[in-house]
Amino acid sequence: MTAPIIRIDRLDKVFGTLKVLDGLSFDVMPGEKLALIGPSGSGKTTILRILMTLETISGGHIEVCGEQLYHMRRGDRELPADEAHLHHMRSHIGMVFQHFNLFPHKSVLDNITLAPVLTKGEPKAKAEARARELLEMVGLSDKAGAMPSQLSGGQKQRVAIARALALQPRIMLFDEVTSALDPELVEEVLLVMKRLAAETDMTMLLVTHEMGFAHEFADRVLFFDKGRIVEQGPPDQIFRNPTQERTQTFLRKIIAAGHRV
Amino acid sequence: MGDWSGYLALILQGALVTAQLTVMGSALALVAAFAAGLGRIAPLAPVRWLATVYIEFFRGTSIFVQLFWVYFVLPFAGISLSPLMAGVLALGLNVGAYAAEVVRGAILSVPKDQYEATIALNLTKLQRMRHVILPQALPLMLPTFGNNAIELLKATAVVSLISLTDMTFQAQVVRAQTGSTLIPFATILILYFAMAMIITTGVRALERRLTRGLDGVR
Repeated sequence: MTAPIIRIDRLDKVFGTLKVLDGLSFDVMPGEKLALIGPSGSGKTTILRILMTLETISGGHIEVCGEQLYHMRRGDRELPADEAHLHHMRSHIGMVFQHFNLFPHKSVLDNITLAPVLTKGEPKAKAEARARELLEMVGLSDKAGAMPSQLSGGQKQRVAIARALALQPRIMLFDEVTSALDPELVEEVLLVMKRLAAETDMTMLLVTHEMGFAHEFADRVLFFDKGRIVEQGPPDQIFRNPTQERTQTFLRKIIAAGHRV
Repeated sequence: MGDWSGYLALILQGALVTAQLTVMGSALALVAAFAAGLGRIAPLAPVRWLATVYIEFFRGTSIFVQLFWVYFVLPFAGISLSPLMAGVLALGLNVGAYAAEVVRGAILSVPKDQYEATIALNLTKLQRMRHVILPQALPLMLPTFGNNAIELLKATAVVSLISLTDMTFQAQVVRAQTGSTLIPFATILILYFAMAMIITTGVRALERRLTRGLDGVR
């Protein structure tokens, strides 16, 4: 039996007086494609941000690839993780953001090669060869020399996906990666992600409002509300036969708003 | 009427001193600005305090008094500087204190998104600063740095206080010897303006170079 690649155990996250995550627990198996859905403010993006160490936690434990993310063992004592430990842990995880966050002063190619060269000490030539392969995979071979400002939103997001993949993380986090795109550009990004899901055994966590895509992409869907999992299961079950009142209401609203399921 | 070419040579010698003070003072100011500006946002509290004390002290007291201290009081502590070195030190530290706030402000104005991308790509703190944050902050600093350098150029006139023969000092010598106010002061007016234009042009060129490809949205 394989062990989970991510173990979240009674995780709390508090912003001021607002409890965003409330004793949250769930596991993710290696290679699993997980879709996190729910109303805004339900804490789903916060989970990704915590996994990427962009937020701190207020309580609980997270294990990633068999090691504690926010804690270190020193003899018998458990201490909060220091920067060196976080640096080590981050090498397992990559993230794609809603607003792409490309580096505007670097070309497409340099955006992709920067981290492999700096963090893994890869030779520039090797990193560039890999970057060109990745660009081909996302359908942007001809944009290697372009600056981000010359790209459309969909192209930027595909570069951002290539950039995150260049570090070959075992876990990829996608945070509403199509929410900032014009409707006609959503498809090209989803297509890349579908291929990625089909062709790699990477573990993927996806926060999205694209229910149709979540249905197609995910092995398991988690419906969140108020920092807790209300319901989870295979996409067919969640989207076709949700058992919880809140899930049903949420999906009804989404369909009423014109989203495909 | 005296020999005007001789007097002009005197003023040009002064111009050289002024240019020296401006270039060396600006170099020191730049170093001080980055040290103190980065110090203000350092994770270690004592570093932040030190940077704050430096900035507030040098912004809060007059350059005139600072120069006097550097040249006349430091020797009592065993540190004797040549007038030129004393001038460079006072001017550089004074202007550096103003520019430090420019450095800090520009770094903090780089969008938070960019920091988050560097964390997600697992860059170290030093790499984040060097490869992502500073290259984007630098173009934001440049226009104000240009202002600061021109301020420094004009402030060099105070160094005659410590017997440095800068441009303004030489103009006064010429005025005393010839009785003409118009000619020496019109000459240095033009020279100061020309030097300021050189700074402005240089900073603009640098700005164009650094912002290449940065047009449009981030």
